[in-house]
Amino acid sequence: MDSKSFININAELSFSVLVAWGILRAYGKFLNLSVRAPRWAVAVNKIWVLGIGVAVFGLLFNIKSDHLNGIFWLLTLGGTVLLLLRIRDYRPARTILLAIAPFALHYLLEFLAKVLGNGLLDEYDDAFDTAQGFAFIWLATFLLIARSQKKNLEAERLLREEEEQNKRRIEAQNAELERLVSERTAALTQQAEELRYTLTELKTTQAQLIQAEKMASLGELTAGIAHEIQNPLNFVNNFSEVSAELVQELEEECQKAERDPELENELLADLKQNLQKITHHGQRASSIVRGMLEHSRASSGERQLIDLNALCDEYLRLAYHGLRAKDKTFNATLETHFDPNLGQVQVISQDIGRVLLNLLTNAFYAVQQRQKRQEAGYYPTVTVSTCHTSEGSEIRVRDNGLGIPESVKQKIFQPFFTTKPTGEGTGLGLSLSYDIITQGHNGTLTVDSEEGRGTEFVIVLPE
Amino acid sequence: MKILVVDDETDVRTLFEQRFRREIRSGKFEFSFAYSGEEALNYLHSHVSEVVLILSDINMPGMSGLELLRLVKQEYDAPPPPPPMVMMITAYGDTESYNQAMQLGANDFLTKPVDFAALKEKLLSLETL
Repeated sequence: MDSKSFININAELSFSVLVAWGILRAYGKFLNLSVRAPRWAVAVNKIWVLGIGVAVFGLLFNIKSDHLNGIFWLLTLGGTVLLLLRIRDYRPARTILLAIAPFALHYLLEFLAKVLGNGLLDEYDDAFDTAQGFAFIWLATFLLIARSQKKNLEAERLLREEEEQNKRRIEAQNAELERLVSERTAALTQQAEELRYTLTELKTTQAQLIQAEKMASLGELTAGIAHEIQNPLNFVNNFSEVSAELVQELEEECQKAERDPELENELLADLKQNLQKITHHGQRASSIVRGMLEHSRASSGERQLIDLNALCDEYLRLAYHGLRAKDKTFNATLETHFDPNLGQVQVISQDIGRVLLNLLTNAFYAVQQRQKRQEAGYYPTVTVSTCHTSEGSEIRVRDNGLGIPESVKQKIFQPFFTTKPTGEGTGLGLSLSYDIITQGHNGTLTVDSEEGRGTEFVIVLPE
Repeated sequence: MKILVVDDETDVRTLFEQRFRREIRSGKFEFSFAYSGEEALNYLHSHVSEVVLILSDINMPGMSGLELLRLVKQEYDAPPPPPPMVMMITAYGDTESYNQAMQLGANDFLTKPVDFAALKEKLLSLETL
């Protein structure tokens, strides 16, 4: 081989290497090799190494120059096929593989025919030419398809990326929302906690108010109670003293020579009567004290069988003397109409006592206010009557006081409503009474009033 | 001497009858009892010339002792017969009641519990007048 042909060979091979390098670079870019198969991308860039390798191989074994070029292209095509097989997951790569497969096969067959040189090429020259044309068309077509596929994939990828971005944005928004929700939840929880605390405090205050109301009504009554106790105690003292005198007189009589049996019997009868009086008034005083203690004690909430008539009578006196203790000139007629058939009734006695005390205190207040107007012939009267009806036990508390105006009647059972001057009434009496009767005893508390004529409250306690 | 005791407590009768049993037995005092102002007035209408002294409670249902005092002083203002003396007895020894009673012409003002020994002396001194 002369030097001129060597240069020719090298020129042809160099050109092939350049072309191969350009094509491979372009398709390497098209397939994004640097990302998909970085090592192959490096190899593509160094295709000239293969060219040199082939040239050196040609020199060493003195191979025909056009065969060298063929070897180079065959190796390049083979490498490309291997590379495409390697990244066949990428659809355009598969299409390119499909595109170059016939071309590569045709090139191989042609090369083999040339190398073997058995005239096969000449014999089937037309067939080879046709196949080559067909392979080129196929190659071009599928390369175009690969391009459009890549475009589609790119569009899809962009769409996916956009979706991804949207998803991320939504996720970020979700996270923000969640943060806001948890913040709000924490705020609400705290509020709920505060409300619960306030509620507990309110409940405590309510209980204290109820107790305070009870104590206030008891305070109003203290003087009346003292008087109510003082009266029977006076009798106890007086009857005891006079009994001592009677005993002394009896002793003197016994020592006389001439005894007067009639006088002695009279003295003994008086003594017996006095002892009964002492017992009677002693019990009267203790029942008042008992009532007072019961009233001040927190309600046990237990129902007991009690004599409603006796309870009414006791509280009527307490309320009357309570007002009289404050206003010494106050006088009223107390009327009672107790139904003897009422019998024992199952109630929470302290609570019913409070209701009675409240209604009676109001009744006395009403007649006292009317008395202050100094109407001629007006006698303040408060009446308590009991009655056994088909609906249960009925208690009526009636006064001939000022009466309640229609506009006020709507509000009398509301808590804190009072017509009394500030500081004189808590405004809780009737409201608590209403609760005690309706909720505590499933009964009814109704009012009937005529302005200037009087008021009547009716309690009905079902059996 | 006839004394009318007015009080709504019925046991007052027993008490007075025993406290003054010697005086009643000896005929020094004679007691009548009324349990309300109205009853007292009715009694006075039929026994006015006999009653020398009225002992009345102030706080009573219906007509009060002060009302009774006013009516008695009004009705028996001009002698003859001489008006009965009126002593008020009350559990509430407040000045307001006292002033009111004195203004209405009460002869005396006693507070409960009644000191019977003192009352007896007062009544006996009245009798010797």
